[in-house]
Amino acid sequence: MSTSPIVLHIDNVSKTFAGLLALSNVNLDIREGETHAIIGPNGAGKSTLLNVCIGGLEPSRGKVLLAGTELTGRRPHEINQLGVARVFQTPEIFGDLTVIENVMMAILSHRDGAFRPRFVTRFDQQSDIGRTAGAALEKLGLGDHLHHIAGALSRGDKRRLELVMSVVQEPKLLLLDEPTAGMARADTNATIEILRQFKDAGMTIVIIEHDMHVVFSLADRITVLAGGRVIAQGLPEDIKGNPKVVEAYLGEEQV
Amino acid sequence: MKPTTKLADLILLLCFAAAVAAGPVILAPIGAGYPDLLDKFVIYGIFAVGFNILFGLTGYLSFGHAAFLGVGSYAAVWSFKLISMDLLPAVLASVVLSGLLALVIGFVSLRRSGIYFSILTLAFAQMCYNMAYSVLTPITNGETGLRVLRDDPRVLDAALGRTGFTPSLAGLEMTGWTGYYVSGAILVIAFAISIAIFRSPFGMTLRAIKSNQKRMGYTGYNTRPFLLTAFVISGMYAGLAGSLLAATDPLAGAERMQWTASGEVVLMTILGGAGTLLGPVLGTGLIKYFENIFSAYNAHQLDVTFSFLPDGVREWVVHGLGLFVGEGWALTLGLLFMGVVIFLPGGIMEGIMRLGRLKRTPIVKSLGDSPQRDVIGERAIDEMPPEDGSAPARKEAPKGETHAGEPQKPVKSSEMKAATS
Repeated sequence: MSTSPIVLHIDNVSKTFAGLLALSNVNLDIREGETHAIIGPNGAGKSTLLNVCIGGLEPSRGKVLLAGTELTGRRPHEINQLGVARVFQTPEIFGDLTVIENVMMAILSHRDGAFRPRFVTRFDQQSDIGRTAGAALEKLGLGDHLHHIAGALSRGDKRRLELVMSVVQEPKLLLLDEPTAGMARADTNATIEILRQFKDAGMTIVIIEHDMHVVFSLADRITVLAGGRVIAQGLPEDIKGNPKVVEAYLGEEQV
Repeated sequence: MKPTTKLADLILLLCFAAAVAAGPVILAPIGAGYPDLLDKFVIYGIFAVGFNILFGLTGYLSFGHAAFLGVGSYAAVWSFKLISMDLLPAVLASVVLSGLLALVIGFVSLRRSGIYFSILTLAFAQMCYNMAYSVLTPITNGETGLRVLRDDPRVLDAALGRTGFTPSLAGLEMTGWTGYYVSGAILVIAFAISIAIFRSPFGMTLRAIKSNQKRMGYTGYNTRPFLLTAFVISGMYAGLAGSLLAATDPLAGAERMQWTASGEVVLMTILGGAGTLLGPVLGTGLIKYFENIFSAYNAHQLDVTFSFLPDGVREWVVHGLGLFVGEGWALTLGLLFMGVVIFLPGGIMEGIMRLGRLKRTPIVKSLGDSPQRDVIGERAIDEMPPEDGSAPARKEAPKGETHAGEPQKPVKSSEMKAATS
């Protein structure tokens, strides 16, 4: 694992908001094929780190590189075209389109780039794109919903759809922001199952998560943030026994 | 919801063309079977069909589309004056010029969305309107209006020895029924292009922008050029309509650019059903019909209509209804518009779809302001959970086992202990 090439390189990133230090000298390398979890208590800087990476938030110091290309200051569509797919805490899908149309849109942007208007052809579900989309949905268990309006799906199925939309773009890096927050246990387990398939297929995944069940089910490596600093980094079994991590989570009096 | 097929679209287009061709016969019983009014139906129909490509698909509400209509009219009259009374150069000039203007206005306005976009477009249109009356008087001829004069050069006409003063298309004079059928044929072409755009990947991109612009960005789409393209296309449609207005009456005045004209096309589109193919045309027909027929009614006609009532009652009825006809026709339109927006937020087309669905299934669940789609029958809606989109937990999830209700919930100490032990 440690010999695989680096996909995402977070180089000495700091961010201050009006004097408040949100991130302090964060260094992090995500290697190809690994599933990396970023955990930490509330206010640890997880969301800030994510926004510095791909949310258009400029770091005060440092830089973020995706396979050698600088990401800081780029707009969402440019970052996606470079090969980063993002899954949101609340599923972000095209609620007014049908399920298969959602996935076809994702394939289309992967094939055509950020702007290529096609007026003459039909947006046809019998086309290559439509068939690819249908097969991908079938594989992840949404085969019965192809022609349903996506906004009417259950929350778990919306998450599943968002994951299908990400995977059909064959991303270099899949970023998940608390993918199971607010989900029923069954939906959480279904999500873990899908992510395990992605992982087995060799996808590089970064997951920001609160749910330890999800983290320890999936992560190859874990980075723990607290107070804007990386306080621990390593294999899951090392993190479990790390007294600094326990302290950061539970506070001194409970240790 | 199954996708539509090529065949269904072709049938729709053929039916549409047949309806335009038979327009004089169909509309004669309701007193609208004369060319002047039908001309307005088709020309404003083109305007609304184009407007719908922007508003119906992307949800961006432009309040300044009359500017493109006005510029189209001026460009057409200038083409009549300088080149020829033939329609072709006039249409070309109008479409190109209004497209260029749309490019400029759209480039600036599309930096904002929602209400700010609407206000920006309104401001631009009012600027055009005021400039037509002031600094641009040499081009627009101010309040008098721009018209074709005897000493205009008309180089092409002069070369060909044509002297007529009626706009024509390859010799067909744009008057009476000929005018209607030329405009009608252009409407059918415009409608066909609109179908193609609705069904193309480009059209789907616009729908997706309306649905979730954030997801568009993170799916890799640069949305602004798509929006600008849609804006320019709808501006060109408006320019085309403007040139046809000038062709049926070769006098261009700035009042065509006033905000009321921009508002009218919004009303037409919403009344008919924004985002549907046929809706804008139906809305246009209804509004132009009200404008022409209801405004022509007067107290005397009402007197005749209600002559069977006793005198005292009749006076009351005539007095009351008199508020809604003649000068007051807009009051009727306003009430109709309120009724449609409250009870049929998807416009007339939603009403038609509901009727269609009533026939098939006895139970109809309304989604209120559901996404308006142009295909009859939305099965997914029938299967919607009773709450607005927040689905109940899946069957296999036992009750009480949902967890992590709030985002950012701290890890329970027991969970962490289990993890660290």
